[in-house]
Amino acid sequence: MTDAVREITYRDAVREAIREALLADPRVFLMGEDVGRYGGCYAVTKGLLDEFGPERIRDTPLSESAFVGAGIGAALGGMRPIVEIMTVNFSLLALDQIVNNAATIRHMSGGQFAVPLVIRMATGAGRQLAAQHSHSLEGWYAHIPGLKVVTPATLEDARFMLAAALSDPNPVLIFEHVMLYNLSGVLPPDAGPVDIQSAAVRRVGQHLTLITYGGTLFKTLHAAEALAKEGIEAEVIDLRVLRPLDAETVLTSVAKTRRAVIVDEGWRSGSVSAEISARIMEGAFWELDAPVGRVCSAEVPIPYPHHLEEAALPQPAAIVAAAKATMGG
Amino acid sequence: MNDSHAMKPHLSREHLLALLRAMVRIRRFEEKCAELYQQEKIRGFLHLYIGEEAIAVGAMQALTPTDAVVATYREHGHALARGVSMDAVMAEMYGKAEGVSRGRGGSMHLFDAATGFYGGNAIVGGGLPLAVGLALADKMDKRDSIAACFFGEGAVAEGEFHECLNLAELWRLPVLFVCENNLYAMGTRLERSESQPDIHIKAQSYNVPAEVVDGMDVVAVEAATRRVCAAIRGGAGPALLECRTYRFRAHSMFDPQLYRDKAEVEEWKHRDPIDRLASWMRETGVLHDSDVAAIEAEVAAEIEHGVAFAENGHWEPIAELSRDVYAAEATQ
Repeated sequence: MTDAVREITYRDAVREAIREALLADPRVFLMGEDVGRYGGCYAVTKGLLDEFGPERIRDTPLSESAFVGAGIGAALGGMRPIVEIMTVNFSLLALDQIVNNAATIRHMSGGQFAVPLVIRMATGAGRQLAAQHSHSLEGWYAHIPGLKVVTPATLEDARFMLAAALSDPNPVLIFEHVMLYNLSGVLPPDAGPVDIQSAAVRRVGQHLTLITYGGTLFKTLHAAEALAKEGIEAEVIDLRVLRPLDAETVLTSVAKTRRAVIVDEGWRSGSVSAEISARIMEGAFWELDAPVGRVCSAEVPIPYPHHLEEAALPQPAAIVAAAKATMGG
Repeated sequence: MNDSHAMKPHLSREHLLALLRAMVRIRRFEEKCAELYQQEKIRGFLHLYIGEEAIAVGAMQALTPTDAVVATYREHGHALARGVSMDAVMAEMYGKAEGVSRGRGGSMHLFDAATGFYGGNAIVGGGLPLAVGLALADKMDKRDSIAACFFGEGAVAEGEFHECLNLAELWRLPVLFVCENNLYAMGTRLERSESQPDIHIKAQSYNVPAEVVDGMDVVAVEAATRRVCAAIRGGAGPALLECRTYRFRAHSMFDPQLYRDKAEVEEWKHRDPIDRLASWMRETGVLHDSDVAAIEAEVAAEIEHGVAFAENGHWEPIAELSRDVYAAEATQ
């Protein structure tokens, strides 16, 4: 699929991943709201209906609980469904099926039944879509034993995490940040495959560790570049997988840098950032030279006006400030 | 009209005895469970199916071994009627590792891959989407199987009922929806929760063929199920049976039943599906006292065996606590 060095968007990478999966395995099919004729509300699935037909690219009614549950049932029945939910906000209408069925059936059945289901959904803010389309609730799902939760931030992960998710016998939730779809870059010919169990060090540094995932990865990398101009070399960790959490990569980095700041678009209270902070306390308390810092979204429903939305979200300037505070500056 | 083999129950003496035996087996099993609950051998919630046995027993007659069954938290009867081992069900009630769900589910979560028994779902309405998905897999994989989904009339108030009837009909999926209308969602009588209490009419509004069946008459349930299953297997899409029934016991072991009159319960007991079939068989001369004695003795022996099996089962080591949360293998 990747014969030469070429420019590709995150959106195209996800589409290529879905197309590859459909070509590779007749058990794979895609269903969700407007994935077919409309082409996907973020245009991810454009063209797939023409190529694969309505049996395998299924437009569903606006019945999140029914079609997510049907995905679980189809997975129990031997298929490999990819269910698309427009946004994580709408996934709350299917929360019962995801949490009470997908996450529990293997355990409740004493290991007799597996749910090899993949659910993709958009998450995050930045498009002025206000409070019912902009939240980052992936941390809630990361709370649930039985689910795997992944957050592709890079083109390579957007392109290859789906295959890893489909070959995993557990239910896997893929969160695609809405501000990443237009991200464009070069996917090297030797890219992929990728795992869905480890965090990745995206920038090496020795003065502090910045830990993030998903839509805030590039903001964090920008902040790291700004810090570098002031002589502070930050190590940047992309968690990639929120459940199961790769605490080891985080702790190894923190043991080296002795300082950590967590950047999370979720709200601070009860968040992924809270969990990471606790893991650092449990596993690296005596290595720390400063309290763990956090940059999270303001605790408000995300507002509509551009300036308020930007003010509510983690931004590079706030990351730089938190990093400097952790450095004692 | 196609008077095919699959569409009619065969009312031979042998078949009627099998129906009677299947209902007695569930009744006596659950009576034993109530006793074991008092002895604190069984804990948690225990929802008895007593009074409703004709539905599970009648409906299962029309299913094939490759069909899928999705049931509710009141599912002992469905599991036994489907052919799940009584030993394994009883061990599950005890929470033993030999239980059908390895003790992880208990009374409300009986699962059995061997018989296509997909639970045991304790979220009202939560099983319907699973049945739709199982049927979707059948259809996409061009199998001749169907998914049979049992649920109470309380589930009709859940959005999932409406979403699923619409989706199943829209995609013409082979789903048999069996609504066990026992009039009470825990303590709330149907008329107190539904603006339209005729459930089959709701189904018809989604273009799903639906009919009312006397859920206290096992032969009527079997006949209706055979008829609609033949249509479903023939590609007609889903169908719904509204089986009118009554639970003779409390909702669960914690229910003081303040919401219904004793007289109403007694009135329904006159329509007991077991007594009804037995009386009719006696009247027609196909049931003798010796048959009843033989059934009771067989069932008592099977239950005794089940209790011994459960008693002798072992508690899973705590070291195994996190087993089966995720697959042990990396890929499949």
